[in-house]
Amino acid sequence: MRHLIRELEAICGRERVVTHAHALRTFESDGLLHYKGTPLAAALPDSAEEVQALVRVCHDARIPWVARGSGTGLSGGAVPVDDGILIVLSRMRRIIEIDLENQRIVVEPGVTNAEVGRAVGPGHFYPPDPSSQIICSIGGNVAENSGGAHCFKYGFTTNYVTGLEVVLSNGEMVTLGGKELDGPGYDLIGVFVGSEGTLGIATKITLRVVPTPETTRTLVAYFDGTDSAGRTVSDIVAGGIIPAAIEMMDSLSMQACEEATHAGYPPEAGAALVIELDGPEAECAPLFEDVIAICEASHATGMRIAQDEAERALIWKTRKAAFAAMGRITPNYYVQDGVVPRTRLPEALRRIDELSEEYGLKVANVFHAGDGNLHPLICYDASHEGEPERAEELAGLIVAMCVELGGSITGEHGVGVDKKRYLSKMFSEDDLDAFHRVRCAFDPGGLANPTKVMPTPRLCGEVPGPYRRHPLERAGLAERF
Amino acid sequence: MTAVHRVTPTTPEDASEVMRAAAATATKVRPKGAGTKFGWGRPIDEPNLEISTARLDRIIEHNEGDLTAVLEAGVPLQRAQEAFARAGQMLTLDPPLGDNDAATIGGIVATADQGPLRHRYGACRDLLLGVTVVLPDGTLARSGGKVIKNVAGYDLAKLYAGSFGTLGLIVEVVVRLQPQPVKQLTLMCETDDAERFSRAPLLLSHAALEMDCLDVGWRDGTGTLMALFRGAFPEDRAQAAARLLEPTGMTVTTTEGVAPWAEQRARQRASEGAVVRVSGRATDLFTVIECAQRTGAVLVGRAGLGISWLSLPASEPNTLISAIEEMRSELSPRACVLLDAPEEVRAGVDVWGREHDEGALALMRRVKSRFDPAGLCSPGRFLGGI
Repeated sequence: MRHLIRELEAICGRERVVTHAHALRTFESDGLLHYKGTPLAAALPDSAEEVQALVRVCHDARIPWVARGSGTGLSGGAVPVDDGILIVLSRMRRIIEIDLENQRIVVEPGVTNAEVGRAVGPGHFYPPDPSSQIICSIGGNVAENSGGAHCFKYGFTTNYVTGLEVVLSNGEMVTLGGKELDGPGYDLIGVFVGSEGTLGIATKITLRVVPTPETTRTLVAYFDGTDSAGRTVSDIVAGGIIPAAIEMMDSLSMQACEEATHAGYPPEAGAALVIELDGPEAECAPLFEDVIAICEASHATGMRIAQDEAERALIWKTRKAAFAAMGRITPNYYVQDGVVPRTRLPEALRRIDELSEEYGLKVANVFHAGDGNLHPLICYDASHEGEPERAEELAGLIVAMCVELGGSITGEHGVGVDKKRYLSKMFSEDDLDAFHRVRCAFDPGGLANPTKVMPTPRLCGEVPGPYRRHPLERAGLAERF
Repeated sequence: MTAVHRVTPTTPEDASEVMRAAAATATKVRPKGAGTKFGWGRPIDEPNLEISTARLDRIIEHNEGDLTAVLEAGVPLQRAQEAFARAGQMLTLDPPLGDNDAATIGGIVATADQGPLRHRYGACRDLLLGVTVVLPDGTLARSGGKVIKNVAGYDLAKLYAGSFGTLGLIVEVVVRLQPQPVKQLTLMCETDDAERFSRAPLLLSHAALEMDCLDVGWRDGTGTLMALFRGAFPEDRAQAAARLLEPTGMTVTTTEGVAPWAEQRARQRASEGAVVRVSGRATDLFTVIECAQRTGAVLVGRAGLGISWLSLPASEPNTLISAIEEMRSELSPRACVLLDAPEEVRAGVDVWGREHDEGALALMRRVKSRFDPAGLCSPGRFLGGI
């Protein structure tokens, strides 16, 4: 073990290899605090070559590793594997090239989402906008295929990555794609984006950016409940309008947001919709009037139309602060990320209400309504005996309902540790077997972020050479099929 | 050589049984849709078994309110579009559809074919929400889902898009739809000054015009730029585009509808001669036009994306082969993939060209061997002989 640490130190320098139990606490969790792990060491490489050298050392010693960006993930995907190495990419923050003529930007993985936006603005913008965009890293966005409020119109991270430099778990570095599209061969970028750190580490990322829309119009409409708000969402989309974003907040989440940001939400409202249209002025202006008319026809109890950029910013700040603001109304919460087809939203919300009542736990709803991506925040008090378990059970029922309604267990947070037990609700053993083949092609030794995504650990067959027990097997965590 | 047997399964489960039986007897198989792009890829030995999707042709779901649809692989895209149109919707995928508009959704996805709408809406990979495939050992596996937002599990739809039947058979796809536009305006302009012409698309692609399409053509010494504006009020944008193009001196005409686009799409294909697809950057247009002029090719391009199709007129195989090689050396390191071409030509050059990253190619081989260890599905058709 000492020897291993010395090797890591030889690569990164002593000051960038963290081994002290105290110092390692910083890295024990990601944004989902109830999962923890203690690595042997956390290494903070400065370059792709250092990443490659670190991964090679792990490969030779058959030590598992986990890559971590800013640690804002909400599925436990960046939680260290006990006795593995944590590779923290937050120092790799160089913007390598801005090529606006070709609408590309090339960055290292530790660059934040917001920095990319700033680098290409004001003429261009980078659409994926997770709520944590001020701190979350592009490398993490690539791993999770991050979305955000504006994905309904603009798509997800996967629609914007055109090139990747990846360090594979055997220490090889490969280049996939580039600034150009449609190179020959399999679309391995498409497979890598959203693979949650299980296929390798992206050390250089080429992103496509798009022209900033001419105009943006934003409003908040209030309703007496989520039912009428949900129907309004369906009516808008059925009317052939594709807003840049439609976000819903129920009364509980509004209350929390209001306390945090004082945006002036009326306390009596049962639900609010944040609706944003962007694009050419000539298209946007009349469509915005249509949206207002639809809200009125759906008995909106009030409306607030952003008059300037400052008011728009406040509306979004309030919405994006929702998770952080929950602390003001509940000591603990558990967030889910299920998705239902948009037309099933009212039904899904009713069932969440029923479950909330049955379990005696409050559930706040704040979510991306346009794409049916729910974020129920299940409120509980960890100091009350049995409440965390009840909250988790309730969360499981909500996820099961999403799958039953034809949706997904996760829309943007990823499977990580938190949802791997639900993966088999959505996929059969055969489906999981197909996923596993991809993983084995990239990482036959099972060293890249093991124990994540797949519900049960699996090993890859056809290991060349004499049979050696896998580290997970030795530890009794997995068996060979 | 043994005769090719042809089977036409009627359900995904059927297809899975067929593949399982083929695998058990080490029978080489080749998936086939309408066969409109059958000549693409490396020429391969006739397989023993052809699995046709002709009877996997049901539109399983069209969820109007959710703007999604589930299609079996053998559904002709044209038929699906007609069904979507009845609800005022469309799949924003518009590749050339071949004879009798026969191209199937499965074949289009397997070859990752595309049309002008790629400019705004992306490629097949970007429109797929989920996929069901039969793996080479007969396993029926699904990835993705039916909702537009979903990150559960690996995204196999993207792996299968453009995999040319080398990883098994696509049996079902889930796609995202868009509302049909109220109005469509096509802007066109022409010039014979290649240098001036090459800069024109950049004037538009960087503006906030929300164009659905931005294409170029270069033929017989004349360049044509085409842009499509759709929406309820596209006039203002077409006018703004015309103003942006003023410095180029080109005369701009704007017409209602999409009539000129059919011909533009059709030029991506050639029943004679040879078509090479070039992966470049938006700023490469002048270089690609020069290459087209020198080799006597007609150019069709997605100007905002940097993708071009160079179409060489019918000629002796050796003449075509040397023209293709000339293109490759002139345009290197840009990928130049040969699509339509006579068999002798496809046998005489490497259809896919060279993969510049050996590690990436090795990784692709590992993917192939995990999915198809015995090499039974369309063996040899793909990059590097995969």
